[in-house]
Amino acid sequence: MKRLRGGGIPGFVLRRALLGMLVLFLVSVIVFAATQALGDPARAILGREATPDRLEVLRKQLNLDQPVLTQYLSWFSGIFHGTFGTSLASQLPVGDMLGPRLVNSALLVVCAAVISIPLSIIIGSYAALRRERKFDKVSSNAMLVLTALPEFVVAVLLVILFSTTVLHLLPAISPVPPGHWPWEYPDGLILPVATLVIAVAPYVSRIMRASMIEVLETDYVEMARLKGLPERTVLYKHALPNAIGPVFQVIAITLAYLAGGIVVVEYVFAYPGIGSLLQDAVVNHDIPVVQALAMIIAAVYVILNMFADIGTIIVTPRLRTRL
Amino acid sequence: MSQTVAAPPLPESADTKAPSGRSSTLLARSLRLWRSRIGVAAVALLVAIAVFGPLLAPSAPDKFVALPNSLPGTSGTVFGTDYLGQDVWSRFLTGGGEILVLAVVSTAIGLVLGVAIGLISAYSRNAWDDVLMRGMDVLMAFPQIMLVLVAVSLVGPETWIIVLAIALTTAPRVARVARGAAQPVVERDFIGATQAMGMSRLRILFGELLPNILGPLMVEASLRLTYSIGIIATLAFLGLSGNPNSPNWGTMIQQNQTALATQPWGALLPIIAIALLTVGSGLIGDGIARAAAGIDRERAA
Repeated sequence: MKRLRGGGIPGFVLRRALLGMLVLFLVSVIVFAATQALGDPARAILGREATPDRLEVLRKQLNLDQPVLTQYLSWFSGIFHGTFGTSLASQLPVGDMLGPRLVNSALLVVCAAVISIPLSIIIGSYAALRRERKFDKVSSNAMLVLTALPEFVVAVLLVILFSTTVLHLLPAISPVPPGHWPWEYPDGLILPVATLVIAVAPYVSRIMRASMIEVLETDYVEMARLKGLPERTVLYKHALPNAIGPVFQVIAITLAYLAGGIVVVEYVFAYPGIGSLLQDAVVNHDIPVVQALAMIIAAVYVILNMFADIGTIIVTPRLRTRL
Repeated sequence: MSQTVAAPPLPESADTKAPSGRSSTLLARSLRLWRSRIGVAAVALLVAIAVFGPLLAPSAPDKFVALPNSLPGTSGTVFGTDYLGQDVWSRFLTGGGEILVLAVVSTAIGLVLGVAIGLISAYSRNAWDDVLMRGMDVLMAFPQIMLVLVAVSLVGPETWIIVLAIALTTAPRVARVARGAAQPVVERDFIGATQAMGMSRLRILFGELLPNILGPLMVEASLRLTYSIGIIATLAFLGLSGNPNSPNWGTMIQQNQTALATQPWGALLPIIAIALLTVGSGLIGDGIARAAAGIDRERAA
C-alpha cells in the first residue's frame, strides 16, 4: 500500500481488481489442495472397506491417476467452462445441478440484505444520536445478545415461536418442488429470511453506531454546527456520508457472510439452495460438488470485499483525497 | 484484503481499540460490570452442567426408557423422551462436555498460533510481515464454516479434523488483532532497550511484547471462543459430529427438531444451553472490552 500509489480512482480500482484475482487464484489452489491433493479422496468417498478395484475405478473417474498439476489444471479450466466436473452422488455435471439452486440462494441473500441493511443503518444511527439514552442502551444490549447466537439456534427458536409450538402462523420448512421457484411460495421465505436478518443486522448496526459516534465528534461536524447549519443538514450532508463509509465495507462483508450463513439456514428449512447442497455434499463426500461450491462461495466473498474497498473510497469524501 | 484502504476497524473486533493495562486489574475491573457478572454466571452454570451433569443423570444417556417423544412425566422422566425414546434430561446432562472441550481446545490452539504469527509479523517489520499477513488474508477469504466443511468433506467428521480446521481458521483472525495491538508496542523505547541488552528474540516476543497486548487478546479470545462454540454446535447440528450416537447438544437439536410440535423439550433444552453459553461468553468479552476502554479513558484524562 505504501509502494503502489497513484492513478487516482481508476488506478486504485485496477490494483484492487488485480489483487482480488490473485487471491481468487490462491483460493482455488487451497480448495483443490484441501480436497484432492491431501489424503486420498477415493478412500474418503468409499470408506475403509473399499475393494482395490473399486478404488481404482473411482481414482480413474476423479483423474487421480494423473500428476497433481494436470489434475489441478483440468479442474481449473473446468471452472471457466462452468462444468466443475461430475457429481459423484448424482452422476450429473455439477454445473447443471447448480443453476436453479444458485437463483434460490441468491433470492434469500438479496431479500435478507435488502431488509437488514437499511434496518441496521437506521437502528445504528439512531442509537448513536441517542447515545447512552434509553433507545441506545436497549438496542445495544439486544444486539450484543443476538450477535452471539449461532444461526441455527435463531432459526430453530423462530420455528418454535412461529410455526410449531407457540404460534402456528408460518410453515416450519420451505421446500420448493423441482420446476417451481421459491417466490411462488412467499410464506416459506419469511422465516429463512428473518433468520438471516437477525444473524447480520446486529453486527452492521453496531458498526454503524460506532462509526456515527466517531463522526459526530469530529471537527468538521462541530464546524458545520457552529456555522449555524440546521441539524438536519448537519446530519444528512456532513455526518451520514462520512459515517456510512466503514459501513459500506461491513455491508459487503455482511453479504459475504450471508453467503456462508445460508448453509445452516437452508438446511434447517430444507430450502433447495447451494447451502443445503453443500451440507449434502459434505455428508456424502461428493468432492466435485464441494470444490465447486467452495469456489463459488469464496469467489462471492472475495468479489464483494473488493467492491467494498472500492465503494468505501468512492463514498467517503475524506479518503478520496488521499489517493 | 482491505489493507489497501485506510482500513476501518475490522467489524469482528470493533470494540477492541488496543486497550492496555495489566490483565489482572482488567479482569477485576470488568467484573464490576453487570454484563460481565451475568456472562460469568451463565458460562459457569453451563460448565458446571457439562462437568457434573454426567454424575447427576438419572439414567444412562443411551438407555431406552419410554416410547419415542413421550411427554415430560411419562415413566418418571423429567423432560420426556427423545426421538428414539431415550431420556431427554439424562442426554442433556451428559451432552455438554464434548462441545465445551472441543471449543476450548480448538480456540486455544488457534490463539497460540495466531499470537505467534501476529507477534512475529509485528516485530519483524520486513517482507515477512507482508507475506504472513497476505497469507492470513487469503485464509480469511473463506467464511469460517466453509473451510471447516471443506476439511470435513475430505476426511469425514473426525474429531481431530474439526479441531484442526477450527484452530486454523481462528488463527488468522487472532493474528490480525495481535499484530495490530503489538505494532505500537514494538515502537516503544523499552523494546529497543531489550534488543540492546542482547535479549533473545523469543524472550522479547513472548516475555516483553505479549504481556503488553493481553487486553485486546482477552477480548479476542472470548469472541473466538463464542464463534468456536457456535461452529462446533453447528457442525453437530448439520449431522457432522465425531460420533452421531453420543449425546451432544448440537446433535440433540437436529434429532429432535422434527418433534418440535409435540415434544419440544428434546430440542429446547439444548437450544437454551447453547444460547446461554454463547451469549455468556459474548458478554464476558464485551465486559473486558468496556473495562479496557474505561482504563484507557482514565489514562488519557
